[in-house]
Amino acid sequence: MNFQLSDDQVALRDGLQAIVDGYFSLDHVRAREDQPSVVDRTGWQALSDAGVFALLVPESLGGLGLSITDAVVAMEVLGHALVPGPLVGTMLAAGTIAGAAEGSTLVGIAATSDRGAIPGVIELPGDCDGYLVLPSSRDGAAPATYVSRANVVATPATRSLDPLHPVGRLEALLEPSAQELSGTADALRRNALLLTAAFEVGLAAFALELSVAYAKDRYQFGRPIGSFQAIKHLLADELARLEMARAQLHYAAVVTNAPDIAAIDGEVYGLSATQLEWRAVAGAKLLCDQVAVSATKTAVQVHGGMGYTWEVPVHLALKRARVHATMLATSDQMADIVASLTH
Amino acid sequence: MDLRATPAEEAFRADLRIWLAATLPTLPAKPAHTDWQARRAFDTHWQGLLHGAGYAGIDWPVEAGGRGASPVEQLIFKEECERAGAPYVGLGFVGLLHAGPTINAEGTLAQRTTYLPKILSGEHVWCQGFSEPGSGSDLASMRTRAVRDGDHYVVSGSKIWTSHAEVADYCELLVRTGTEESRHKGITWLIMDMSSPGIEVRPLKTISGSTEFAELFLDDVRIPVENRVGEENDGWRVTMVTLSFERGTGFVGELLESMRLLRELTDLAKRTGAYGDPGIRRRIGQLAATFDGLWALTKRTVSEAQATGIPGIGGTVFKLSFSEAGQKMADLAMELLGDAGLLFDDVTHATDGQPLGNADHVENWIKSFNLTIAAGTSQIQRNIVSERILGLPKEPPVGAKK
Repeated sequence: MNFQLSDDQVALRDGLQAIVDGYFSLDHVRAREDQPSVVDRTGWQALSDAGVFALLVPESLGGLGLSITDAVVAMEVLGHALVPGPLVGTMLAAGTIAGAAEGSTLVGIAATSDRGAIPGVIELPGDCDGYLVLPSSRDGAAPATYVSRANVVATPATRSLDPLHPVGRLEALLEPSAQELSGTADALRRNALLLTAAFEVGLAAFALELSVAYAKDRYQFGRPIGSFQAIKHLLADELARLEMARAQLHYAAVVTNAPDIAAIDGEVYGLSATQLEWRAVAGAKLLCDQVAVSATKTAVQVHGGMGYTWEVPVHLALKRARVHATMLATSDQMADIVASLTH
Repeated sequence: MDLRATPAEEAFRADLRIWLAATLPTLPAKPAHTDWQARRAFDTHWQGLLHGAGYAGIDWPVEAGGRGASPVEQLIFKEECERAGAPYVGLGFVGLLHAGPTINAEGTLAQRTTYLPKILSGEHVWCQGFSEPGSGSDLASMRTRAVRDGDHYVVSGSKIWTSHAEVADYCELLVRTGTEESRHKGITWLIMDMSSPGIEVRPLKTISGSTEFAELFLDDVRIPVENRVGEENDGWRVTMVTLSFERGTGFVGELLESMRLLRELTDLAKRTGAYGDPGIRRRIGQLAATFDGLWALTKRTVSEAQATGIPGIGGTVFKLSFSEAGQKMADLAMELLGDAGLLFDDVTHATDGQPLGNADHVENWIKSFNLTIAAGTSQIQRNIVSERILGLPKEPPVGAKK
């Protein structure tokens, strides 16, 4: 049993970090705030050239042929840097939708809403060339489809919650144009949840690092605020949540990639391999949602008045966490799935 | 990352399964919780069986007479034992997990050969004399005094939270040998024979009504200097060496037990109809996800220990999350039980006529308060996590100038 990052994964992580440092510095990312288009095409191309979008594409189709576990490791790096753009959808569309792997086609995700009374939204209407449409219920039979931007009727929001992840109000998907995707919707959806959860882990780690640095530097009452237990206990709790969420995320990625392990572990709970994968993935998304939301909220609190300013970047992590804990699936839906697989 | 077992790990698991399946049915009935002599007999018998089969001191080095199992094998051992319903380490806890490893690391050859074999075989039971009524979280403030008198220390003071002191043969005892102000620089680690004159053991009744713990009152107890482990006034460091034996598997039994309990509660919720409430279902889902996450974190920590020899930070943050989840689960059980949570007498379900199992759940609810207190309160854990891992500054000592 080995649950450590492999040497290749460490190399992947560090290599990607170098690219992110070069193209997605915080200043660089923040220059796109509140723009209709948030994707920096030069940086996006650099990610594509590094093979980020082709990570999951089989080698026979010109991709890197890596696993979802590797992709999760990469996505944590991108989340930590708040990289804007439809990363998850493009990564999942690559190999099927022309241009996605090459960085020329940007693919978002449109999750059909379970909540009939509230119409859905689509992400990044000013950037995406098309959308993966994933059914929101856990229904392995429903297909996943691709709809080009021209066939998505949506109104870009005048102002979105997250200045780096604008959304549009979804009015209609013109289904006749839909192209069915290879692979089951079930597997695509699990991968989408895992990649989103990985981005959340990156966000949470970023928020925690900002908070710790601020707590060491900021003096009140003649001492660093990080020496007060009232502050340090908040941060200790976030680290505990983060380590647990990350471990579950990696576990879920590993079992998704290895049905034999899923079958062995599932036996203990009286679950099939697929059920065990779902339990692991939904649990991971739930825990990652929670640490992303919690660590970014704590970051605002620890920064005090500064945390309430636009200038300090914690609000960007806070808002992105809200986006990713909401759009693809809510935490409650994840808890429901885990409960339905607990018996 | 590859969670597949190696052939050697699989063989270890398979052999253990066979042994457990053959051995567990031969055990006598579990003794009453209040019968200390019977509990001692039961636990030492089990330890003897483990010893005979080569599983005693699973995490001890081979030189010390242990199995020298790898961290992953230790994880497998605890997992299989829990799933098979094997007894817990019980009264062997202090000797096997604390005193023995300390003596092995810091003791003389004579001490190692005198004490270690009988801990492994189950013949000797140890207890722990660390905490004092005035020294809980601030252990380094302890005041139990040891004064040198020739080739003996003469010890007076009191200790608290000493589990199974009633039936222990030896006590790992921390005493003050330095000045009152010396704190952690004036503490010494001694082996105290529990049959020495001057020791009074008083049972301590807890909120569960049990006397799981005791207080020790020491009145001029004479302890030979040769029973000192490590140098005089170096006992704090000696104690910390013990703690570093932790390889992230400390709570495996408790975690798997919690996962089993949650499945029971899910069943209970279905029987009572509470499962129809989406709020209840989500609490179950949340707890299941949390325990799954903690199981993954355990695997991560063990894997790190296996790869690097150091368990990393997973083990340090584990207890914080686990203890809170355990309390939330206990609260959920009480809500599911409703009125049946107000008594220990067996209550049967009105419809299916089967017992609700309320006594165990009520007992568990009371014991859950222990989770965030014992072995370092959650507040102390948060100090440790934030100072040692996150690198936040320590609080200035009381009276320090700003």
